[in-house]
Amino acid sequence: MNILHFWRAMWGITGRELRRFVTQRERFISALVRPLIWLFVFAAGFRAALGLAINPPYQTYILYEVYITPGLIGMIQLFNGMQSSLSMVYDREMGSMRSLLVSPLPRWFLLLSKLLAGTFVSILQVYVFLAIAWAYKIHAPWQGYLYIIPALILSGLMLGALGLLLSSFIKQLENFAGVMNFVIFPMFFLSTALYPLWKLKESSLLLYNLAKYNPFSQAVELTRFALYGQYNQEALLFTLAAFIVFISAAIIGYNPSKGMMTKKGGG
Amino acid sequence: MNTSPALSITDVNFSYGAKKALDGVSFEINPGHCTMLLGPNGAGKSTLFSLMTRLYDTPSGRIELGGHDIKQETCKALATLGIVFQQTTLDLDLTVQQNLRYHAALHGISGKVADARILEELERLGMVERRFEKVRQLNGGHRRRVEIARALLHKPSLLLLDEPTVGLDVPSRTSIVDYVHRLANTGNIAVLWASHLIDEIYPDDRLIVLHKGKIRATGSVDAVLQTTGAPQIKDAFFKLTQGD
Repeated sequence: MNILHFWRAMWGITGRELRRFVTQRERFISALVRPLIWLFVFAAGFRAALGLAINPPYQTYILYEVYITPGLIGMIQLFNGMQSSLSMVYDREMGSMRSLLVSPLPRWFLLLSKLLAGTFVSILQVYVFLAIAWAYKIHAPWQGYLYIIPALILSGLMLGALGLLLSSFIKQLENFAGVMNFVIFPMFFLSTALYPLWKLKESSLLLYNLAKYNPFSQAVELTRFALYGQYNQEALLFTLAAFIVFISAAIIGYNPSKGMMTKKGGG
Repeated sequence: MNTSPALSITDVNFSYGAKKALDGVSFEINPGHCTMLLGPNGAGKSTLFSLMTRLYDTPSGRIELGGHDIKQETCKALATLGIVFQQTTLDLDLTVQQNLRYHAALHGISGKVADARILEELERLGMVERRFEKVRQLNGGHRRRVEIARALLHKPSLLLLDEPTVGLDVPSRTSIVDYVHRLANTGNIAVLWASHLIDEIYPDDRLIVLHKGKIRATGSVDAVLQTTGAPQIKDAFFKLTQGD
């Protein structure tokens, strides 16, 4: 086994995810419609209700639509991470996960490749969303559109790793609805995606703390700062740490001697 | 040249909680023959396949593929293996060619070599004309052929088939059974075929009869008939798998 083998396998996995994404048009459209509804409807409705003070990285008063744009980028990546986790549960039930897991490569590498492929797909979705947001007059400095790439890679990996971890515990597709209720919604609403931390602090210290230490908040802040050409070290370290924890736990979850693979019965 | 058996299993045990699924299983497989792993439903065949492919961990005993321990040298061991699972594992939304290229990439085969091998394998299985069709459009028999082509793409020394003909019509079954036997007879590949269908056995096959997690008989068809004193394989199978 050599480095070329790893390279080809990674491209193979990424290519497969991309092809699947392109052929599943409904998935692409729904991935875009969700944040766009929030942007066009929710943000417009709340624009008057939520006054935002000047806070870094913003140097001037901003519209609510501008504030939630990084949060909606996070939403795209969060749903994409969960979608790929859902597809892994589906693949496992349908059997196609087996063909991946029996290939002659370390399991950590296969899982990481799958994560990278999912992250790549989510970044494509983010840029299409940003293009529509641009047309809607939500502009960031042009350099910001480049600076967010590393932030998107890290946050995509972190959220994808969380999905992967969840998929190692979820035995059946039907149980996935629970993930929506117990993971996606709390993670999204208890974050800085929709409202800044100081606003939350005004209403509840507990909610403030939960939102502050929510890895999704940190990923959103990382992207928010990067979009305005700024570096948020705390968000970077926190997101990186969350990624390491999630991916390590997911690898253990998929380890045949430790994880869920041996818990199922057979013929 | 590697002289190790294509597959060597030594004293393998496995349990689902308190329920013992495999109990002291040991056997070897070598190229040149098709070895039929026979057993009724629940005999432990699929569990054994999951252990041989490292989907499950082997808690006790030893499994070697091409001389490589599946626990210690997992990647080397898996590289020698081609497998057709009981359930189809193709991506239905991709074409035949895309599915095969994906598999080739996972085995580190370059695009050019992969395309040549895809043509070669599909040609042999009479599927070359269908390579640009989505798998969803193929019938069960054709999907199985694609899976066999995929399992052979990286030139494995051991081919595992886990009840690959379940649910297929008679012509599709016959053609697959015939193809795999011809493949085994070339002498370049060892074949282990899990089945509970007696009519898939050819006279020069090797047999392993598994029942309730234990091996009840191994050897050539003649040897198993002689040991059991049965006139036909179905009688021998009945004798070995009934009772306790």
